[in-house]
This record gives sequence, C-alpha cells and structure tokens, in this order.
Amino acid sequence: MTIIDFTPVTGLLGGLMIGLAAIILLLGSGRIAGVSGVLAGAMGQASAGDRQWRWFFLAGLVIGGLLYLSFNDFQWGAAAATPAWPVLIGALLVGFGTRMGNGCTSGHGICGISRFSVRSVVATLTFMVAGFITVFVARHVIA
Amino acid sequence: MNKQNLVALVAGILFGFGLMLSGMANPEKVMNFLDLAGTWDPTLAFVMGGALLISVPAFHFVLKRPSAWTGGRFQLPTRKDIDSRLVAGATIFGIGWGMSGYCPGPALAALSFASASVLMTVVAMLIGMAIHDRLLRLN
Repeated sequence: MTIIDFTPVTGLLGGLMIGLAAIILLLGSGRIAGVSGVLAGAMGQASAGDRQWRWFFLAGLVIGGLLYLSFNDFQWGAAAATPAWPVLIGALLVGFGTRMGNGCTSGHGICGISRFSVRSVVATLTFMVAGFITVFVARHVIA
Repeated sequence: MNKQNLVALVAGILFGFGLMLSGMANPEKVMNFLDLAGTWDPTLAFVMGGALLISVPAFHFVLKRPSAWTGGRFQLPTRKDIDSRLVAGATIFGIGWGMSGYCPGPALAALSFASASVLMTVVAMLIGMAIHDRLLRLN
C-alpha cells in the first residue's frame, strides 16, 4: 500500500460542512439529507406538493460547487475527460442500486448512521465493502 | 421564498461546497480511497468522520424536539428490517461506486464544472434510477 494525495484538513472541514448541512435540513425542515432519495422524489416519486424543496436542495448542491470553484480555479482531470464506459455503466449501477437499497452515502452513511439505524449501518458496510472489492478487481486483478 | 425552500437551499449549498472542498466530488480521489491494496488515499474516512462528528450528537438533540423549525414533523424512515433488497441494492451501488468513483451527491455537485463528461455521468445515474423505478415498480 502506498498512501497518496492525503488531504486530512480539507477532508475534515468539508465533512463538517456536509454534517452541518444534514443538521440544518433536519432541524429546519425535518427532512433527511439523502441525495438519492431527495433526487428520486424530485423526479416524480414524491407527491407534487413535496417536490419543490427538493429542487432547491439539488440546485444548492450545484450552487455550492460553483461557489467553491469561484475560490479555486481548477478542474479535476476526471471531470474533463470523456467518461470511459466503466464510468457510465458504474453510474447506471449507482442510480439503480441506490433506489433498490433506499439510499446512498449521504442518506445511509451520514443521516442513517446518525440515527443509529441498523438498516443504514448494514447498507453502509455493504456498499463500502463492495466498493473496495470492485476497485481491487478493476485495478489489481483485471488490469 | 417559503421557509422550507430556503432551508433546503442553504443546506444544499453547504453540502455541495463541502463535497467539493473535501475531495469527495473528485472520482479519482474516491477510487484511491477504495484502493486499499494500491495507492490509498485515506482522506474520505476524514470526510465521513467529520460529518458524523457533529451529526451524531446533533441528531440526538434535534430529534428530541417535537417538530422542525418550520413547524413540520420529522419525516424519518421507519423500516427496521434487513431485507435482501437493501443488501442487494447497497451491493450494486457499491460496485457502481467503485467503477465510476461517483456517488449521487458528488456527481450533482460536480455539475458545477459544466463539463459534458459529468453531465453524461449524471444522466447515466438518472437512467439507472428510472430503470429501477419503472421496471421493478417498487417504492
């Protein structure tokens, strides 16, 4: 194992902001900041009266990104390159799997664990292990 | 703007900024976090740790309140059972996360790059959601 690109300070600060965002949405509106759930609801799974706040939250994610980029003029390589087919297939699986498992990194990994939800702890351990195995196979078995 | 929308907007902006600052929206960094046997970047453990550091105690106190600021009740998932769909769904998500380096929040925050590549990735993710919701008719 070689440790690379380790940035604990910005990681921790960014994490604190994500946690604070989840607290604000729960305390302010009583809702869980699970991005896959908010997104699915906005796209039509939620009732008509329950969609508007979702679009504000989703728009906020992009605005927050733009705000960050207004202080930092750069682009990660992965965002510039044409996505390879594993990226697109992977993203398709992310969409499918988060709907099937009722949540993603934010909904299960942060909000669910913060409520000590057993379902969320199981889901988080499962997608972490699946992610570790997938990258191991992709980088050290196939490649 | 009504209060719920304002709360959601503020939370979304903080969330999106945090995802970018932390490196969570950089798929190369995510894949290095998942590469324990190769070039490992432990940063994302600090991202999740940082979030949980404040959300765990705060959720405990917030959920003791009778209602949210804007007056509504807390709308929380109620299921407690571990079923095969939860485990299968999380497994499929984890495989896709390892293949792409994107999970839903970071993919949306990365739309701020205004790159066709990220847009294609988000569209693929939405198609995956739609396939699930249309074909399986679940949730």
